[in-house]
Amino acid sequence: MTFALETRELTIRFGGHVAVNSVSCGFAPGTLTAIVGPNGAGKTTYFNLISGQLKASAGRVFLRGQDISASSAPQRSHLGIGRAFQLTNLFPNLSVLENIRLAVQSRAGLGLNMWSIWSSHRGLISRAEEVLETVALTAKRDLAASALPHGDQRKLEVAILMALEPDVFMFDEPTAGMSVDEVPVILDLIRGLKSRQDKTILLVEHKMDVVRELSDRIIVLHNGALVADGEPDAVIASPIVQEAYLGIEVKA
Amino acid sequence: MFSHLLSGDFPRSRVLLVVLLLILAGLTFAPFAFPGAKALNVAAKICIFIVLVASFDLLLGYTGIVSFAHTMFFGIGAYGIAMAITRLGPTWKAIAVGTAAALIASLALSLLIGLFSLRVKALFYAMITLAVATAFQTLASQLSDFTGGEDGLSFRVPEVLTPGFSLSGHPFLGVNLDGKLISYYLLVAVTIVLFLAMLRIVNSPFGRVLQAIRENEFRAEALGYRTVLYRTWSNVLSALFATLAGALLALWLRYNGPDTSLSFEIMIDILLMVVIGGMGTLYGAVAGATLFIITQNYLQDLMKVASSGLAGVPLLRDLVHPDRWLLWLGILFVLSIYRFPTGIVGKLRARAQRAP
Repeated sequence: MTFALETRELTIRFGGHVAVNSVSCGFAPGTLTAIVGPNGAGKTTYFNLISGQLKASAGRVFLRGQDISASSAPQRSHLGIGRAFQLTNLFPNLSVLENIRLAVQSRAGLGLNMWSIWSSHRGLISRAEEVLETVALTAKRDLAASALPHGDQRKLEVAILMALEPDVFMFDEPTAGMSVDEVPVILDLIRGLKSRQDKTILLVEHKMDVVRELSDRIIVLHNGALVADGEPDAVIASPIVQEAYLGIEVKA
Repeated sequence: MFSHLLSGDFPRSRVLLVVLLLILAGLTFAPFAFPGAKALNVAAKICIFIVLVASFDLLLGYTGIVSFAHTMFFGIGAYGIAMAITRLGPTWKAIAVGTAAALIASLALSLLIGLFSLRVKALFYAMITLAVATAFQTLASQLSDFTGGEDGLSFRVPEVLTPGFSLSGHPFLGVNLDGKLISYYLLVAVTIVLFLAMLRIVNSPFGRVLQAIRENEFRAEALGYRTVLYRTWSNVLSALFATLAGALLALWLRYNGPDTSLSFEIMIDILLMVVIGGMGTLYGAVAGATLFIITQNYLQDLMKVASSGLAGVPLLRDLVHPDRWLLWLGILFVLSIYRFPTGIVGKLRARAQRAP
């Protein structure tokens, strides 16, 4: 079977520090894999290596069996790797709708069109409106992204990823800092994606109940290395997670 | 129809709309409404600078790239015309050859600068452009055989555009229908076409990506936009429009020299016009260029009047003496930037939004 996404001995060093240490892992199509580990374990760096924001010191990345290690971040985006960021990363002075429309436009490959009026591409706008509806931000479509409260900015971040319609979705703590009543919107979206069974989802998340409910599989990163991999219940129960991630002393 | 011409980008403020219509009417009827050679020269300069400032805004306001090499491309356009006519004679063919050669030179140079240096940090890029522009200016004043050196090149233009040519023996509304008038209206027409073309570019899907890059380059990359490509294109387009503005300048003045089109002072003027008008809106270029050039040309006259009116008041009389005009120009600009950090257009649009 070809993995939707695979990393082989993926490594990055910053000076003497090995942030991601030879991580080999394949992700089957249609599955949701949660990536857990303490702060500084290299989860976000691992994501950056996959989506191309960072260049690996060693190792390779494969998308549907094809080696994409040399591809740039924009190329990987067009190949179908989509990424939502942990720290909200928007176009602050552009409208909420425009933030999403830009993602739709990129997917449509219209970026270098210099001689048509942007608003004449009605299809892009209505697609952006659809996506906006799914995160319940329609009422705020004309506000500047920077004017949104934190929770809404997180939703917009996820909406931009949805608008890209990638094959591989990478969520980096999508619900971090959200109020309790806002979290379900995001979780519903992820559940919806999962139920389509053709998307591959990678999720970095700290909330263990969320992880347990959503994931088909959990991998654990610790000090940049992959230290556990398996069924959710088994991994959560394993001593290494109890100790490394949850910080619980395991008595011998 | 209008929406199509303006690419769907309306002034979005009634005051701004009135201001823009006034400027358009003023430029259109300038030869009749404000007779005299000085007024016509000021109007022509406004047209040329609208194109030049708008092209700089494409780079600075829309893409967020700080470049000090903009006058270099302006100069290339002006030298293209000057050198072509000096060699080939005052023909339309020479104008076409000069413009085409200048556009090709600007294209090559802007592409080169863009590809080599747009990957570096903003500050270094600004420094590189400064160095290239300074080198170019020195080169232009040293290669006297080609460029006329510090003296520049004076040349003739096709007869239809000269003051000696007359369309009709009788003046119309008190104005001679001569070649200078034809030149002026040609200039106004080209200015309008070039401005609308730039307005289209910034409101195209491409223009939207430029703004995204200005806002958050990292995110634009993650969305799949190869930002180096877009920044390079922005650099090239901006250079090409500046080149055309330079060609217009040379044709209007029938002269070009290093101080006319390449000086660093012009670069600073353009920067001020963009900021005063409002960065990231092409209408700002219109408002900024008009206000700046009118103030630059008439503040001294205004002060002469004020100074003679205050002849009896000792200190005040000296303060508004026409020789102090640069001081007041400076104060005006500091104040306007302090009061309207988003420029005239930004301020007017914000006000219109608050009180719909």
